[in-house]
Amino acid sequence: MTTIAADAHGHAHDHHDADHKPGFFARWFMSTNHKDIGTLYLIFAIIAGVIGGAISGLMRIELAQPGIQYLQGWASIAEGGTASLDQAYHLWNVLITAHGLIMVFFMVMPAIIGGFGNWFVPIMIGAPDMAFPRMNNISFWLLIPAFLLLLGSTFVPGGAGNGAGTGWTVYAPLSTSGSPGPAVDMAILSLHIAGASSILGAINFITTIFNMRAPGMTLHKMPLFVWSVLVTAFLLLLALPVLAAAITMLLTDRNFGTVFYDGLKGGDPELYQHLFWFFGHPEVYIMILPGFGIISQIVSTFSRKPVFGYLGMAYAMVAIGVVGFVVWAHHMYTTGMSVNVKMYFTAATMVIAVPTGVKIFSWIATMWGGSLSFKTPMVWALGFIFMFTVGGVTGVVLANGGIDDVMHDTYYVVAHFHYVLSLGAVFSLFAGFYYWFPKMSGRMYSELLGQLHFWIFFIGVNVLFFPMHFLGLSGMPRRYPDYPEAFAYWNQIASHGYTIMAVGVGIWFVNIAYSMMFGAKAEGNPWGEGATTLEWTLSSPPPYHQFETLPVIEDNAHH
Amino acid sequence: MTQAMTASLSNPAMQAKLRRTGLMALSIALGAFGLGFASVPLYRYFCQVTGFGGTTQRGETVPGVLPVAGKTMSVRFDSNVAPGMPWQFKPEHTTQTVEIGARAFTTFIAKNMSDKPVTGTAVFNVTPTQSGIYFTKIQCFCFTEQTLQPGQEVRMPVIYYVDPKILDDPDNKDTQQITLSYTFNPVEPSANRS
Repeated sequence: MTTIAADAHGHAHDHHDADHKPGFFARWFMSTNHKDIGTLYLIFAIIAGVIGGAISGLMRIELAQPGIQYLQGWASIAEGGTASLDQAYHLWNVLITAHGLIMVFFMVMPAIIGGFGNWFVPIMIGAPDMAFPRMNNISFWLLIPAFLLLLGSTFVPGGAGNGAGTGWTVYAPLSTSGSPGPAVDMAILSLHIAGASSILGAINFITTIFNMRAPGMTLHKMPLFVWSVLVTAFLLLLALPVLAAAITMLLTDRNFGTVFYDGLKGGDPELYQHLFWFFGHPEVYIMILPGFGIISQIVSTFSRKPVFGYLGMAYAMVAIGVVGFVVWAHHMYTTGMSVNVKMYFTAATMVIAVPTGVKIFSWIATMWGGSLSFKTPMVWALGFIFMFTVGGVTGVVLANGGIDDVMHDTYYVVAHFHYVLSLGAVFSLFAGFYYWFPKMSGRMYSELLGQLHFWIFFIGVNVLFFPMHFLGLSGMPRRYPDYPEAFAYWNQIASHGYTIMAVGVGIWFVNIAYSMMFGAKAEGNPWGEGATTLEWTLSSPPPYHQFETLPVIEDNAHH
Repeated sequence: MTQAMTASLSNPAMQAKLRRTGLMALSIALGAFGLGFASVPLYRYFCQVTGFGGTTQRGETVPGVLPVAGKTMSVRFDSNVAPGMPWQFKPEHTTQTVEIGARAFTTFIAKNMSDKPVTGTAVFNVTPTQSGIYFTKIQCFCFTEQTLQPGQEVRMPVIYYVDPKILDDPDNKDTQQITLSYTFNPVEPSANRS
C-alpha cells in the first residue's frame, strides 16, 4: 500500500550504537524498549495461556463422563483432607472462573495488545519507540502482581471452599454476600491492577499513534493492524474504567457496608450486570479487533495485493467499536426486559454483523485474483476467517432475544464464544506469531511443524467445540461439573477434541524450540513483495533502536 | 529530511505534544470511571421514571384518574422477610380484584416474634415488570420505617390504584394479574446485632 523511500538496510551498520543492549537485568527487568517489552508480554501470555489451558483440560477430563469422577479428589488435594461435595462444586466454580479470567485478562489481551501491539505498532508507523517508554514498563510489570493475586486467591477461603468461584462475570450477590473470605477480594484487586495496566497501555498507544507517525504516514495510510490497535485502545479507555468502578463498588459492598448491589437495602444487583456488560461487551471486541488487524496484514501479504477496501476495513473497525458500546444488554435478555427493550438490543446487536461482514468479504476480495501462497501464517489466517464466521453466525442466532430465552446459559453460548475467541482470537494470535516470528527472533520457523500445528489444532478445536452446539441445543446448561446420561456422547467427543488440540499446542512448542536452535536465519523480508509494511524494511531481528532516521512514506503508490 | 526529524522526538515541543495527548486520554479514562459511579443514581432515576424492572410509581394524592367501568385487574400480594428478620409478615388477602383506575385498599399483618424491638423497612417490586409504571401507590407502609415492640402485631395499609393507561399499552395486553411483592429487612442492625 505504501513504498518506503528511506534506505533501511543500513540501519544496523550505520549507527554503531543502535544495537547496544544493556545488561540482562537492566534489559529485561527495567526495560523501556518496546520490542523487549513486547517480548516480555508474549512470554507472559504463553505462560498464562498454558495455565489457563491446563485448567480447561481439568474441566474436560471431569466432563468426559457423566457423574463426578475426579473433582472431589482434586478438591481434597486443594483443601487438604477429605473434601465435601460442596467443596468439590466450589472447586468447579473456581476452575471456570480462573479459566475465564486468565484467558481474557492474562492471555489474549497481553499477547495481542501488549505483545504484538508493542512490537509492531511503533515499527509500522515508523516510530523509534512508544511515546512513554517508562509507562510501558509499568504496564507490563503491573500484570505480574495482578496475575499472582489471582493465582494466590485459589489458596484462601472464598465461600464453600478455597478460591473465587464467581464466574468471570463476578455477578452480585454471589460475589458479595455469597462469597465470604478474602479470595474474591483478591480476584477483584487483581482485576483492578490488570485494568490499570491496560488503561496505561491504551494511553500509550493512543499518544504514540497520534503523534509519532513518520512523515507521510497519514492516518489513512496506517497499516490496518495499527488502526485496529488504535480503535482497541479507545475501547479500553472507555470500557475498563467502568469495570473498575463496578468492581470497586463490589469491594465496598463486601467490606465497607455499602449497599450498591444489595436489593434488600435499596441497591440493585441488576445494576452490576449492566455495568459489567457495558464493559464486557466492548471487551470482546478488545480481544478480537487487533486479531482483525493481524489477519488483514497476513491476507494482504500472502495474496501479494493491497487489502481490498482499505478505508472500509478501517472504518468497519471504528463502527464495530462504536456500536459495541450500545448492545450490552443482549447478555441480559433473561433479566426480565420488556419486549421493546429486547427488540432494540436485538436489532442493535445484529447491526454489528454489517461491519463484520464488510471485513469478512473484504478479506475474501483481497484474496480474489491474488497470487496466493499458503504459508503457515496464511493457513492460520484462513482458519481464522472460517472459524470466526461460524462463531459470528451463532452470534447472530443468539442476538435474538426470543431465541436467547431458550439458549441462555447453555453450551450453545459456550460454543459461540469459543468459536469467536478460542478459535478466532487464538487463531489470529497463532497467525501473528508465525507471521512475525522470523522478524522477532531472526530465525525461520519450521514450515512443516507449523502446518502440522495448524491442522492438528484446527481439527482438535473443532472436535472440541462443535459438539457443544448440539449439547446446548439439547439444553445442557453451562457451569456444571455433572450432567445427565443423555449428554454423555458429545461430551466425550469434546474431551477427545481437547486431547487433539493439546497435541497441536505441543507441536507448537517443539517448533519454537527447534526454530530457536536450528532455524534458518531469517532475511529482513522473508515473505517477498506482498509484505509492504515498515517492519519488513528492517533486519530480522530489528536493530535494538530502529528508525533513528525516520523513514518517509511516499505518496505515489497508495492503493 | 533527516536532521529535524531525528531530533524531533526528544525536543520539548514534541514532549509537550505527547504529554498533552496522554493527559487527554487519561481524562477520558477518568471520565469513564466517574460515569461508572454516576450510573448508580442515574440508573435509579431511570427506573423510577420508566418503571423499568417493575419499579412501582408513587402518587401523593387521590388519583387524578377515573375508574374504567367493567375493566378489572387481579392483584396478588406476596410477602417475605429477609434472613434473620424475626417477623411474621403476611397479607390479609392473597388476591384482590380491583377496578382499573379505582382506589383500592389492602392490609398486611406483621408481628414481631422476638423479645427485642425491631425496626424494618420493606423493599417492593411488581411483576410482570412492564406493569410497574402503571402501579401507583398512594399510601404504603413501605414508604417509612416500621418499628415493632416485642410481640407486637400491627395491621399495615396499602392504598393503590392501577392506572387506566395500562389498557392502552400493547406490552400489557396479556397482563391479567399484577403481583406486588414485599420483603422486610432489618434496619440499623447495631441494636439487634450479635
